[in-house]
Amino acid sequence: MIEWFTWAQVAVAVGGGLLCIALGLLGRKPTDLSMGAAALVELLLLAQLVVAIVAPFTGNTASGSLLEFYTYLVSALLVPVAAAIWALIERSRWSTVILGAACLAVAVMLYRMLQIWTVQGL
Amino acid sequence: MTGPQNDADVKTAVDAPTRRVTGIGRVLIAVYGLLALAATGRSFVQIAESFADAPLSYSLSALAAVVYIVATIALVRSGRGWYRVAWITIGFELLGVLVIGTLSLVDPALFQHKTVWSVFGRGYGFVPLVLPLLGMWWLARRAPGRA
Repeated sequence: MIEWFTWAQVAVAVGGGLLCIALGLLGRKPTDLSMGAAALVELLLLAQLVVAIVAPFTGNTASGSLLEFYTYLVSALLVPVAAAIWALIERSRWSTVILGAACLAVAVMLYRMLQIWTVQGL
Repeated sequence: MTGPQNDADVKTAVDAPTRRVTGIGRVLIAVYGLLALAATGRSFVQIAESFADAPLSYSLSALAAVVYIVATIALVRSGRGWYRVAWITIGFELLGVLVIGTLSLVDPALFQHKTVWSVFGRGYGFVPLVLPLLGMWWLARRAPGRA
């Protein structure tokens, strides 16, 4: 795991999450902006997956449980997709809020993944 | 042109209060789904890696995960049967978080390994404690007659 990349990713997920929740509470239905935020979060997660697969070959290995790490990563990959499908099926402002909640959940999961990878024994 | 549009407007106006409740309910269901995913993921890792360390805690984690999944499905589905299932599963969750939360404080030795309900769900930002209450509030508001 690349630490600065992960932190940047957490920042994007938190920013996108707050944006979507704000837009949703303002009564906006899912738009290119809110869907785009979730798509960006998903794209960065895919990049994270590639990094996680490649990193051990460069000597950047996980200090904690790889199984736990990948459980988080795979779950995180599902979250924005599920929220986006929901937003396509039900075009209401609450779907925008759900997109935001999904992004925030991804941020928390990324933070946990970073903990698993870097610091153990917490 | 005005005919159907007016009908739609009237319908929207009439449906508005109910729709708003269902709207917030959607977010609740999504959060339930997230918690179900989190509990399932954690219990999968615990059981796959170190079940023998703490069979009680980890079995409980798995049970909690299953209950969250059933509760999520029950909230999505309509009908009296599912409504009852929702009450039972959400009631079970509240009971679980209160009993295990209290036990984990009174007798920490009993639950040295974390479950989703330890210390009232502190590891999950107390979401497991708050969510059943919100769930019950929502269920009470959409009693079968109105749903």
